[in-house]
Amino acid sequence: MSREPIDQFAAGQTEERRASVRLGSKAGHEKRTLAIFGDYARPDRLRAIAGQIKQHTLDHLDVYLERAAARLEANGAKVHFAADADSARRTIAGILQRRQAKRAVKAKTMVSEEIELARHLEQCGIECVETDLGEFVVQVSDDVPSHIVKPILHKNRREIAETFERIGLGPYDDTPEVITRRARVFLRRKYLEADAAITGANFVSADSGRIVLVTNEGNSRFCIAATRCHVVIVGIEKVIPTERDLGVFLNLLARSATGQQLSVYTEFISGPRGPGQPDGPDEMHVVFLDNGRTDVLAGDCREILRCIRCGACLNVCPVYRQASGHAYRSVYPGPVGAVLSPLLAGDRFSEFSDLPRASSLCGACHEVCPVDIPIEDLLVRLRNRAKQTGVKSPGTPSMAAWSLIASEPPAWRAALAAGRVVDVLPSWLAPAALRAWRENHEMPSWRGGAFRTWLAKRRTKRDG
Amino acid sequence: MDDRQRILSRVRAALAPLPSRAAMPAYGDDDGVVRETAHDFAAAVARAGGRVFLEPALLVQWLVGRGDVRGYCDPSVAPEVRLALSRGLVLETKLVRRRLDEYRFGITRAAGAIAETGTIILDDATCSSRLAALAPWIHVAVVDPDTIRSRVVDAVGALGTDPYVLWCTGPSKTADVEGILIEGVHGPGEQVVLLERRFAPSSVRPTR
Repeated sequence: MSREPIDQFAAGQTEERRASVRLGSKAGHEKRTLAIFGDYARPDRLRAIAGQIKQHTLDHLDVYLERAAARLEANGAKVHFAADADSARRTIAGILQRRQAKRAVKAKTMVSEEIELARHLEQCGIECVETDLGEFVVQVSDDVPSHIVKPILHKNRREIAETFERIGLGPYDDTPEVITRRARVFLRRKYLEADAAITGANFVSADSGRIVLVTNEGNSRFCIAATRCHVVIVGIEKVIPTERDLGVFLNLLARSATGQQLSVYTEFISGPRGPGQPDGPDEMHVVFLDNGRTDVLAGDCREILRCIRCGACLNVCPVYRQASGHAYRSVYPGPVGAVLSPLLAGDRFSEFSDLPRASSLCGACHEVCPVDIPIEDLLVRLRNRAKQTGVKSPGTPSMAAWSLIASEPPAWRAALAAGRVVDVLPSWLAPAALRAWRENHEMPSWRGGAFRTWLAKRRTKRDG
Repeated sequence: MDDRQRILSRVRAALAPLPSRAAMPAYGDDDGVVRETAHDFAAAVARAGGRVFLEPALLVQWLVGRGDVRGYCDPSVAPEVRLALSRGLVLETKLVRRRLDEYRFGITRAAGAIAETGTIILDDATCSSRLAALAPWIHVAVVDPDTIRSRVVDAVGALGTDPYVLWCTGPSKTADVEGILIEGVHGPGEQVVLLERRFAPSSVRPTR
C-alpha cells in the first residue's frame, strides 16, 4: 500500500462512509453548476471580479483592517486583536468571565475550530454548545467536521440517530425530520439559557464596520437574538473594502456553496442592538485573528487568503471525493486545505507537506473557485517548498544513483544489460515504492537496451 | 507591543516587498446581473419556499385552517390590518419569553424586500422583536410593496445605518442529514409575506 498518509486513510474507510462522501460532494457540485450557469451568462467574469476585489483588499490589508476596526469601534463594538490561537482563546474567555457568563451558544465558524475554542471554554468552566445541526452532531459524537459547509457529510442518518439516542434525545429514530426536530427542541432551551453568543463572520465591510453572517438554519440568528453579549471571532483576511462589494460576494457565495441564490439568512451586524429593540446583545466584541495569516500574506501563496470558505473546491475534487475530509488531518480539508493547512501549521509544515502532493493538479478546484484562486499553482509552489526545506516524501526514490549511471555511457550500457535480473528477482527484494506499485500493476518484462540494438541495426543497414 | 500593533506591523512588513499591489477592479452592477431581468417578488418568494398573501383575510383563513390561531402581532402594525387579522385570530401584542413555545405565529413588519430572490428584509428599527420573528413556527412579515427592491445589488447599496439588518429568503432549512432538505431547523418552518400598503410609518411605533 502507498505510504502517503492520505492514501492510507482513504484505504481504511468503510464503504458506507466512502459512499456518503462521494454522493454528498457530487450532489453539491451539481447544484452549484445549475445555479451558476442557470443564473449567469458570464459567471467567470464575476469570479474574476471577486478574486480581484479580494486580492486588492489583501494587498492593502493594513489600510482596510484599521478602517474596519475604527468603524466597528465607532458603531459601539469593542475590537480585539489576537496574534495566535492562545491569545484569541484567552481574550474570549476573558470577555465571558467578566460578564460572569456560564453558558455560551455558538454558531458555526471555521476559525473557532482552528483555535479549538469550544474545548477551551469548557476547560474554563463555560459551557459552549454548538448550534449548527451538523456541528452539534460533531460535538456530541466527539468527532471533527469533514467539510467546510457540511460538517457531517461523512455521516449517514443511522450514525446520527445512534448518537442522539445515546445522549438521551429520545429512542432511536433515523428519520431526518425527527432528527432535526429533536435538535430544535434541545437547542432552543440552550439559546434561551445562554449568557453569550459566539459567531464567526463571512465578511467584514471596512467602510461601515458591518459583520456579515450567512446561514441556512437560523441558529446564528437565535444565538444573537436570545443573548445579551455577542462575540465575533474572525480571521483578518475576511475584510472587504465596501458594502457595495458585498453584492458580488453574496451573489457568488451561496451559489458556490449550496446552489442557492442566497442562503436563507444573511445578517448584517454593525454593533449592539438598536434603540427600542427588546432582543439582542447590549455588548458586541469582534476578535480579529492572525494565527499564521500574516506569514501566509508574506509568502508566495498569499492568494489562498482570498478564500471565502464556500466548499466548492472540496465538492469537485476527485481526491476529496475518495479520501473524505478527515484524511486531510486538519480543520480545512480539500484543495483549499491542502494549501492552507501546511501554511497555517507554521513550524509543523512538514507534518502537512504531503497534502500538496495529494492532487493530480487537474485544476478543477480553480475552475469552480468563486474568488478565482489558482489552487493548482499554489500546490506546485508548496511542493517546491517541501523540496527546498528538505522534507522527505515517502515513496519517491532518490535520483542520485540514476544520475551517476546516466552520465557515464559504459555504466549505462552495463546497467541496461544487468536490468534483466529484475525479471527474475523475488518481489520482496524490491524497494517499498515498487512493491506498492506492483500491488495494482503488472510489471512488464525488461526491455532495456532494445532501442540501442534497433538503432545499431538500422545504422548498419543504411551504411551498408 | 500589543497584539493589535503586532498584527498591523506584520501586515505592513508582509506587504512592503511587493513589487506592485492589485488595483481595485472597475465593475458595474450589471456584472452581477441575473439572466432574467423581470423580477416577480411573489414568484421568487414561492421559489424560495415561502408564501405570499395579498389580503389579511386570506392569511387568517390559512392560519385558522391549520389550527394556528394564537400568536404574536407587532402592536405597530396598522390598526385596520390588526382589526382584520383579529377576526378569527387571537393576537398578543407583548411577547413573553418564558412562553415562547406557545406562540404559533409571529407577525412583524418588514423594512423591505428583494424581488430577485424573494427575500424579506428585517431590521431593529422596524421589527418589534427579533425573537417574535424567529421563534414561532410561522413568521408573517408585513411588507409594504413600495419597499421592494429589484436586485440583491440594489439592496446591498441601501443597508442604511440600522445595527442589525436581516435578510430572510424562505424558511429556515438544513440539508445536513444525508443532503435531505428539512425546513424549520431553529427558525420558522413557514416564512409568510403579507403584502400590505396600509403600513404604519415607523414614527407611530410605540415606545417600549
